[in-house]
Amino acid sequence: MIKQLSLAVVLLGAAGLPLQVPAEDVVSLRGHSEITAPDQAPELKHYAKDGQPIERDYVQQPPLIPHKIDGYTIDINANKCLSCHSWKNYKEARATKISQTHFEDRDKHVLANVSARRYFCTQCHVPQVNEQPLVGNTFEPVTGISGQ
Amino acid sequence: MSNKETSECTGLICRTWEFLKSPSVRYSLGALLAVGFVAGIIFWGGFNTAMEMTNNEEFCISCHEMEDNVYQEYKDTIHYSNRTGVRATCPDCHVPKEWQHKVVRKIKATNELLHKALGSIDTAEKFEEKRLTLARNVWRTMKATDSRECRNCHNFDSMDFTKQGRRAVALHSTGLEEGKTCIDCHMGIAHRMPDMRDEDPTTALGTN
Repeated sequence: MIKQLSLAVVLLGAAGLPLQVPAEDVVSLRGHSEITAPDQAPELKHYAKDGQPIERDYVQQPPLIPHKIDGYTIDINANKCLSCHSWKNYKEARATKISQTHFEDRDKHVLANVSARRYFCTQCHVPQVNEQPLVGNTFEPVTGISGQ
Repeated sequence: MSNKETSECTGLICRTWEFLKSPSVRYSLGALLAVGFVAGIIFWGGFNTAMEMTNNEEFCISCHEMEDNVYQEYKDTIHYSNRTGVRATCPDCHVPKEWQHKVVRKIKATNELLHKALGSIDTAEKFEEKRLTLARNVWRTMKATDSRECRNCHNFDSMDFTKQGRRAVALHSTGLEEGKTCIDCHMGIAHRMPDMRDEDPTTALGTN
């Protein structure tokens, strides 16, 4: 924490600001608080229960998960996601099927089932919370795939 | 039933039978009925009380096979801890509520005592090896009874589809009409899933 603060001071100095910034003027994303003060736990965010598929924003973006995944276990025995999203089950579950790319190993050999490197869905696919981003940005979805 | 003559009767069982067979000469019919009535209440009440004592979570997890494996997994799930504070304990899902089905289940459960004595699943490795078989037993039962124990709490007629998510509405409104039952989709909700490679290889790892 101290290291980060001092780094921030150095960076501000490099940006042409006075080097001597009083500690109380430095405001982190968490708001102003004494370093020694106990951290206030942020409000818990709740994932949306269910929704329509979410548009992709850039090429090769892993599609976002438009529903809650609480308690969905992925382990060596079974993958809860695939119980709906596998090629065998997607029709009955009315889910999106997983991409064909997920059957390739790293040498591009096509396998008969989901490749081990693509088995852990939540490494790339994540559910969403409807919240304001902590840091503003000017990102614009690419026009070619946004459908807008 | 003994066909022996009374004069030949010397054995304990035979003599007891003869005693029970002959009418009472000492007690009035009323007294016998009254005693029988009270004894019946005590016996019946005692029987059911004893059966209920085997029907709670502490009893279920009093053997380490249950406590170390399935109970630990269940503690992470919504049936153990949730926003409304309603908990479904082991017997709520695994023992029928209706008396006649409950007694049958309890008699079947004596088989579990045998396997406790044999030590069939007394290590984590043994349990893991048997997990698919054990899970299939539960799935089969649930299918056969139309998920009767689920429906003690989750009554299909009481479900408000407008309060459900779009995935749930789509599948509940068609699947259940088609004759599917809860366990067809809701597997592994209170315990970890077994190795699914033999059951549905498309949902498991390592079948390349």
